[in-house]
Formats: sequence, C-alpha cells, structure tokens
Amino acid sequence: MRLTVFIAIVVLAGTAGELAVSHAMKQIADVHPLTPSTIVRFLGRAFRMGWLWIGIALMATGFFSLLALLSWADVSLVVPATALSYVAGALGAKFLLKEDVAPMRWAGVLLVCLGVALISMS
Amino acid sequence: MSLKGFHTETYILLALMVFFGSLGNVLLSRGMKQTGEIIDFSPSALAGAFVRVFTNGSIWLGIASLLVFFASYLLLLSWADFSYVQPASAIGYALVAVLGYFMLGEFISPTRWTGVLLICAGVLLVGGTDPSPSGRGRRDSQQAGAPGEGRRDAKLETLTLPSPRAPRGRG
Repeated sequence: MRLTVFIAIVVLAGTAGELAVSHAMKQIADVHPLTPSTIVRFLGRAFRMGWLWIGIALMATGFFSLLALLSWADVSLVVPATALSYVAGALGAKFLLKEDVAPMRWAGVLLVCLGVALISMS
Repeated sequence: MSLKGFHTETYILLALMVFFGSLGNVLLSRGMKQTGEIIDFSPSALAGAFVRVFTNGSIWLGIASLLVFFASYLLLLSWADFSYVQPASAIGYALVAVLGYFMLGEFISPTRWTGVLLICAGVLLVGGTDPSPSGRGRRDSQQAGAPGEGRRDAKLETLTLPSPRAPRGRG
C-alpha cells in the first residue's frame, strides 16, 4: 500500500512537473530562426515564467520521492513502474494541455511504456 | 519557416536532448564515484564531500550537459506537443542499451532486447505523427503575440479550437 502510494507520487509529481513546464513553453512565441541570440532571449523569457518554476519544483518533488523510495523498495519493481509516466503524460497532454493525441500516437505511447518497463527490469 | 526546416529543427533538438541527457547522467555518475562514497554524515565530513563534489571536473561537465539538455527540451516544447516529445525522447533508453552492448560489451537479456524493440517501434509510431498538430507554437503564437502570464488558459482554449482541421493543412 505504502509502495503504491509512493510510486503514484513519483509518477504524478514528475509528470505534473513536465506538463507544467510544457504549459509554460507553449505560451512563449516560437523561436525563429534558431540563432544564439534568439535562443538566449527565449531562455530569458522561459525562466521568468511562473509555470516553469512550478514545474521544476514538482519535478524535483518527483525526483526526491524516487530517491526516498529507492532507499527501501526494490529497484527492479520501482524503476519499471515509473514507465507509467508515459501514460500519465499522454493523458495529461490530452486533458490538461488539450493536445490532439492521434490514435497512432497513443499506440506509440503504449509501446514505449511497455518497452521502458521491460528495459529497466533487472 | 518551411515544413522541412521545422522537422529538421525538431529532430536536431531531439537528438541534442537524448545525447546530452545521457552524457550528463554518465558524467555525474562518474564524478560521484570519483569523489567516493559518503559514509560519514558529520557536518565536517559532509562539508568535505561537498567541496570534493564541486571541485570535480566531471561533475561540472555533467551539469553543463544537463543544462544543454534542459535548454533543448524547453525550446522543443515551445512548438512541439508534449505528447510527442515525451515518448520520442524515450529512444535514449534504447540507444544507451545498444551502445552499451556494442561499445562496452555489456550483456543484454532477451527481456531487455524486447524492451529495446518495443521502444523503437513506439518511437517510430510517435515520430510518424505531426510534432505539432495544433500548431500552437509555430503558427498561432504569432497571432497571439507573446502575452504575459496569467489568465492565459482561456486564450489558449480558443486557440486550440481549430486544431482538428490543422493537420490536414500540413500534409
């Protein structure tokens, strides 16, 4: 039970953080053309976005929860389970970021999720 | 920007993310091993470990690599969908396994090979979709200008409404 809760925290906090970062970046006008000066200006804007810092804080929460979890739980169970982030990410992209997730993309996400779970089993 | 240039930039940034993300992790891991295991948690010992970590060249190269990774990630997310970037960058897992096999002679179990194949197939499927079907980054942002923060959600909603028709235009 404690394990499930911790895995859920790791997956949800990490994914929520990435979604928040993505939400912040969608609000910045695109970088065109990609030159050193446009990139620097872009990054300057990016680091002034509130959502970026919310995202970084959530990602850090997910990361430190993972470290805490790894200190007592089995790596071969925990790391494959974090592959669920791909499903959580696609769901968040569809329902929170309102992205168009085409059926082909869903199929790809499920394969990647399974693949990451298998590759990280020890 | 032409469609071709757009795809080229997307692939270049994905490649930078995968390369510098993996390199950064390897360098940090090497640096931490060089500085030695932290066994003594007394304040003075921790201070010593802190100094050793932050005077280590590998650690700084690792941090620099991860900064390049994060900058590429942010740039890419400004025009590509999160549901495209997240699965597409998983190709890094497969690459690291395959590189470990060919360059370091590491053993890869059948389970892990199956994982590598599934990731490659999944990334191919995701890569076959338009990175930005709703075109928010590349097209709509010009019309939207670059508004400040807050109260933007409502505006984004209206911007995304035409999205189901958008992909066809991009062929």
